[in-house]
Amino acid sequence: MRIAIPVEEKTSAANVCSSFGRTPYFLIYDTETKESTFLDNSAVASAGGAGIKAAQTIIDNNVGALLTPRCGGNAAAVLQAAEIEIYKTTSPAVKDNIEAFIAGELPLLKEFHAGFHGRGGR
Amino acid sequence: MRIAVLSGKGGTGKTLLAVNLAAVAKNATYIDCDVEEPNGHLFFKPEGVQEEIVTVRVPQVENERCNGCRKCVEFCNFNALAYAKELIVFEEICHSCGGCIMTCPEKALTEKERAIGIVQKGTAGPVRVLTGMLNPGEPSGVPVIKKLLAEENPEASKEIFLDSPPGSACIVMESIKDADYCILVAEPTIFGVHNLNMVYELVRLLKKPFGVVLNKCLAGENPAEKFCLERKIKILGRIPFDQELGRLNSNARIAAAESEKYAALFVDILEAVRGEVRHETVADS
Repeated sequence: MRIAIPVEEKTSAANVCSSFGRTPYFLIYDTETKESTFLDNSAVASAGGAGIKAAQTIIDNNVGALLTPRCGGNAAAVLQAAEIEIYKTTSPAVKDNIEAFIAGELPLLKEFHAGFHGRGGR
Repeated sequence: MRIAVLSGKGGTGKTLLAVNLAAVAKNATYIDCDVEEPNGHLFFKPEGVQEEIVTVRVPQVENERCNGCRKCVEFCNFNALAYAKELIVFEEICHSCGGCIMTCPEKALTEKERAIGIVQKGTAGPVRVLTGMLNPGEPSGVPVIKKLLAEENPEASKEIFLDSPPGSACIVMESIKDADYCILVAEPTIFGVHNLNMVYELVRLLKKPFGVVLNKCLAGENPAEKFCLERKIKILGRIPFDQELGRLNSNARIAAAESEKYAALFVDILEAVRGEVRHETVADS
């Protein structure tokens, strides 16, 4: 299975990015081949709807599961329509989360925050 | 003549001023553009109210026709569309540009109307009262304000008072876009100066003639007044920090209609505004 994680840098030693929609990159990890690749997140500079666009990127890259600390309601709606499972990361290091996912120890993300609709948090 | 009343934050006295100016101006129109929480109508209690629903156009998809090409998804600048097994439309994010419908090669997208609020029109004695009300949870009141301002009939009254939403965002720009003059209401605190500066920068950016009304004035130093004097900003008038005025206003009474003293206060401010607008007209010609 291919899994996606929002990351701050293009290295496997990177930390998980605290934002899904506006993360600069995604790490795509293939659990069978154990290969890592990086994707630029084109949604990072969106005026609005970044989560939706980022979710589209995840879908278009044949990802089976997303590992993220947070996720908005709109992005979750897109990911769920594509039957992509969303797991909650439990530590800052990407490596630890991948290991926890493979061991079946990561919890599913159940709470989704409201979208900001391009207006900033309020 | 369209006079907009604005301020950098809520609670500075926009509605107090706009309502009382419209009341003393007679034969005026009061338009409440603060569509997220309109309260001018509570003071005027307009009669013969007619209501119209404000809608925006959003795409709807016919899934049997959609072949999943994603041209619409790529086109949308606001990311209001996504494709996951079938097309998903996020109506609240849509800005109603209609581009997705034009780009769809399969004609799978059509437009539908979505209600986002209402516009109310009524009268209170000599004052026409127009109110925009945005439905709770809607992200943008701009379409309601557009409808509200399109409803105004410039011939029907000499003066139109626009009660703007607080702040300096898109919704405020839409409200004051066609205003001939802007009144900035300011509180006598450092925080008040910060908020005054926000709308001061906005009216300068939009090249609107403007003046300031100092509200809640107390004895002693007034940082907002100092701000105006340093920048040579016209001070149109001063409203005192006054318990009786506060009480009348809190009970949704129009102060100028309740006492001679307050009528005189707002007439003086109105005359100062009229003088400034005349001055602007002469300076322009």
